[in-house]
Amino acid sequence: MTEKLVIIGNGMAPGRMLEHLLEQAPGRYAVTIFNAEPRVNYDRIMLSPVLSGEKAYEEIIIHGDGWYIKHGITLYKGHKIVAIDRQAKTVTSDHGVTEPYDKLVIATGSVPFIIPVPGHNLPGVLTYRDLDDVRAMMLAAQSRAKAVVIGGGLLGLEAAAGLNSQGMDVTVLHVMPTLMERQLDPAAGYLLQRAVEQRGIKVITKANTQAITGNGKVEQVELADGTIIPATLVVMAVGIRPNAALAKDAGIAVNRGIVVDAGMRSNDPDIFALGECAEVGGTVYGLVAPLYEMARVAAHQLAGDETAAFVHMDTPTKLKVTGIDLFSLGDFADGDDRQEIVLRDGSAGVYKRLVLRDDRIIGTVLYGETADGAWFNDLKKKQTDISQMRDTLIFGQSYQGGAPLDPMAAVAALPDDAEICGCNGVCKGKITGAITGKGLTSLDDVRAHTKASASCGSCTGLVEKLMVLTLGDTYNPAAVQPMCSCTTFGHDEVRRLIKAKHLKTIPAVMQELEWKTSCGCAKCRPALNYYLVCDWPDEYADDYQSRFINERVHANIQKDGTYSVVPRMWGGVTNAAELRAIADVVDKFEIPMVKVTGGQRIDMLGIRKEDLPAVWADLGQAGFVSGHAYAKGLRTVKTCVGSDWCRFGTQDSTGLGIRIEKFMWGSWTPAKVKMAVSGCPRNCAEATCKDVGVICVDSGYEIHFAGAAGLDIKGTEVLGLVRTEDEALQHIVALTQMYREQGRYLERIYKWAKRIGIAEVKRQIMDDGEKRQAYYERFVFSQKFAQVDPWSERVSGKDKHEFRPMASVGFAQAAE
Amino acid sequence: MNWISIGTISDIPRRGARCVATPQGKIAVFRTADDEVFAIEDHCPHKGGPLSQGIVHGAAVTCPLHNWVISLETGKALGADEGAVRTIPVKREGERLFIALEALASRAA
Ligand SMILES: Cc1cc2nc3c(=O)[nH]c(=O)nc-3n(C[C@H](O)[C@H](O)[C@H](O)COP(=O)(O)OP(=O)(O)OC[C@H]3O[C@@H](n4cnc5c(N)ncnc54)[C@H](O)[C@@H]3O)c2cc1C
Ligand code: SF4
Ligand code: SF4
Repeated sequence: MTEKLVIIGNGMAPGRMLEHLLEQAPGRYAVTIFNAEPRVNYDRIMLSPVLSGEKAYEEIIIHGDGWYIKHGITLYKGHKIVAIDRQAKTVTSDHGVTEPYDKLVIATGSVPFIIPVPGHNLPGVLTYRDLDDVRAMMLAAQSRAKAVVIGGGLLGLEAAAGLNSQGMDVTVLHVMPTLMERQLDPAAGYLLQRAVEQRGIKVITKANTQAITGNGKVEQVELADGTIIPATLVVMAVGIRPNAALAKDAGIAVNRGIVVDAGMRSNDPDIFALGECAEVGGTVYGLVAPLYEMARVAAHQLAGDETAAFVHMDTPTKLKVTGIDLFSLGDFADGDDRQEIVLRDGSAGVYKRLVLRDDRIIGTVLYGETADGAWFNDLKKKQTDISQMRDTLIFGQSYQGGAPLDPMAAVAALPDDAEICGCNGVCKGKITGAITGKGLTSLDDVRAHTKASASCGSCTGLVEKLMVLTLGDTYNPAAVQPMCSCTTFGHDEVRRLIKAKHLKTIPAVMQELEWKTSCGCAKCRPALNYYLVCDWPDEYADDYQSRFINERVHANIQKDGTYSVVPRMWGGVTNAAELRAIADVVDKFEIPMVKVTGGQRIDMLGIRKEDLPAVWADLGQAGFVSGHAYAKGLRTVKTCVGSDWCRFGTQDSTGLGIRIEKFMWGSWTPAKVKMAVSGCPRNCAEATCKDVGVICVDSGYEIHFAGAAGLDIKGTEVLGLVRTEDEALQHIVALTQMYREQGRYLERIYKWAKRIGIAEVKRQIMDDGEKRQAYYERFVFSQKFAQVDPWSERVSGKDKHEFRPMASVGFAQAAE
Repeated sequence: MNWISIGTISDIPRRGARCVATPQGKIAVFRTADDEVFAIEDHCPHKGGPLSQGIVHGAAVTCPLHNWVISLETGKALGADEGAVRTIPVKREGERLFIALEALASRAA
């Protein structure tokens, strides 16, 4: 007698299972399928080409109506099963059909995850899972209006590309810093983002959707940072969840998915589960290759072969967007027992990374050139020992010898209009043109004829590389000290290239400048973070994980792991209320040490990290903000009492100091900056050993800079004399901005000034009014983004994770 | 082994760390750029600096006090420095993270 096989769900997995089953045991089962979707089995992974218009629905059907008739299979379209009765061995659909079974297969797939933000149920909010979603999106696209896709993973990007080709203005919101972070490392994620953006799709990373709003339908999406994006269509593609509720209601074991053994059998021996709803060996799968393997196993089992078993496999991920090639496979995390081989070709937009363990490939990320993906996959699967071909492995299968990579590729690839010398505004074409046109052979010649690298000199390395490229080996440049062992470029070259190539993220810098490691080291990451903060104040998102701990938590770590806290006391002036507040904080938090600092403020030492936000909250109540005593940035402006009190005072030195500090606090600089203003040449504020100092005189303000009183001792240099307080402020700000733009990370002002020459600084700040004004304006612009009190931000909850342990374990046992 | 749940991977920032308090001292749990998770004692073998506060790069962390670079996998100091910190077994199941407490208990004993 034929047994009754009932299948719930008619997706890709059971479709494949039936093909196997019909082959293995034709006629053994009478098959009935219930499908909630009112249609036959189609190729779900090809929905994106349907959305983009490259294919029609009819072209992606796997089993047409005729197939079911031919094999005598009953298909209930549009019937959703609402109950399984395991006692009676029946299933019942929402239309009231009850069907008995001998064997039951549950293949209900997944349900898209919907972020429960306010407005998620407004008309115009869709998910991306089936043909109905695609049709709704295509309808919405006819208005050619704006769409927002939430989710920058595989599905989200395919949806975005599809909607884009339908003529919509699309913005992708992604909560993580880089796209497809599950499949790609940050470098490849960056390249992908660039390619997506080149199609005119906007991408916002680290985007936290807060609400979808509109009057009766979607009108806009609001982010947590206040950004508002108008949209008439919102597609949520933020992930999927195994659709296991039905099985759970029936009392079948469910964990993340329906728990099955390697034979695809649930804890009820007559019930199988396969596809995305099944969890086998603790894993749920979301790509068809493993699902097809499940289908093969289930078919064998149903046909009576009880030995068939599912084994875990890694499946490569590819993105089905025309023109974007990427490939990701296996495990590509770093590790001590692993080595990586990285190949970057910035100009061609190619990035390849192989992760090896014991001379075997365990992971691969390919971007831009994926032809060798299959070969790497094969080597990985077969666990081939690659030690023999290690040196050439990354070049791919067809590589036979050939020239090594040109270390100067990044410079060679710059367009002719890329600015090389920022001080004098000289572009690449002008330099190479002068070298060939005028037959120049030395750096001095180039400086004389083009002015390139004739001022601050920070572009010298680049100019020399251009000379090598134009003149060949006849030119022998001086060696540049690389930033760290992750790169061959020096600090100045990196800074120039960040500007010339418009690099705006750390992965972008590492990719375009062909970094040798995948995520840098503790030397280059803080430096790059500073350069990007300085150069793109409005666009760059500060990467806190690339900051040293003090700047990350806005306090100073001490040798015992506690922290010290120094609030700002503008110009070193305080009052009774502030002192009382400090005294109260010291009592309340039992702060063991209070110390007056050399910068005229009060340091509270020995605070536990967990207490920091509470300490700041109390200090904030009294009006205190962070003193940035931990920052590579403006620290203190020391003052004397000046003309208000001192009988020798010539100007209001206290007032000027406070004004400078209020104007400049919050700015990041290559290294710490300490300033002072003295009211007369007796110099009680010790202004002549500071990074920047002012000595007030009867005729105005004498501005000093480049002093040192630490490891080195050095008196300041005189920048010049200005008449008014306004001028003094403007000159000091311009000087600081020049240093911000040219200094190497951790290079104090005195070292920077020595490197580029005191005369050059004077020329640009004192003599060249236009330059000075431009520096000033850039500083003012950047302050718009910098002057946010980091303490109050953290009191209101920013970076909460920094101040709390993740968990406390084992204490209960210890107490016993 | 006695696996104890300590939270989820999203509790830890990429290229960052969080602490787990235990009666025997703090354990630093790291998450790399590639979502690998490691746990080691939060105590630099050099002068006891809190490694959880360092900069994470690759599968290593640089101590915030004196820049020793410690391998997250082996707990050993890399480069010219010598020394090692204890590693703690950590396991990831989906989003959830677990550390093995047995290793802790044995140290207390
Ligand atoms: C747009 C898109 C692109 C994709 N691209 C790729 C790709 O490039 N590569 C890749 O490997 N994978 C890709 N996938 C994933 C792949 O499509 C799925 O992994 C696969 O289709 C899952 O098959 P399944 O049979 O488990 O479930 P599904 O195909 O989801 O089928 C489940 C079916 O069950 C029905 N159902 C649910 N509950 C009930 C019920 N109670 N009663 C009756 N019927 C029910 C549903 O209506 C649905 O038709 C993509 C997915 C999407 C949506
Ligand atoms: S520097 Fe001059 S003005 Fe200032 S306190 Fe000293 S003596 Fe007075
Ligand atoms: S002088 Fe030396 S010991 Fe004193 S605070 Fe500065 S670094 Fe520490």
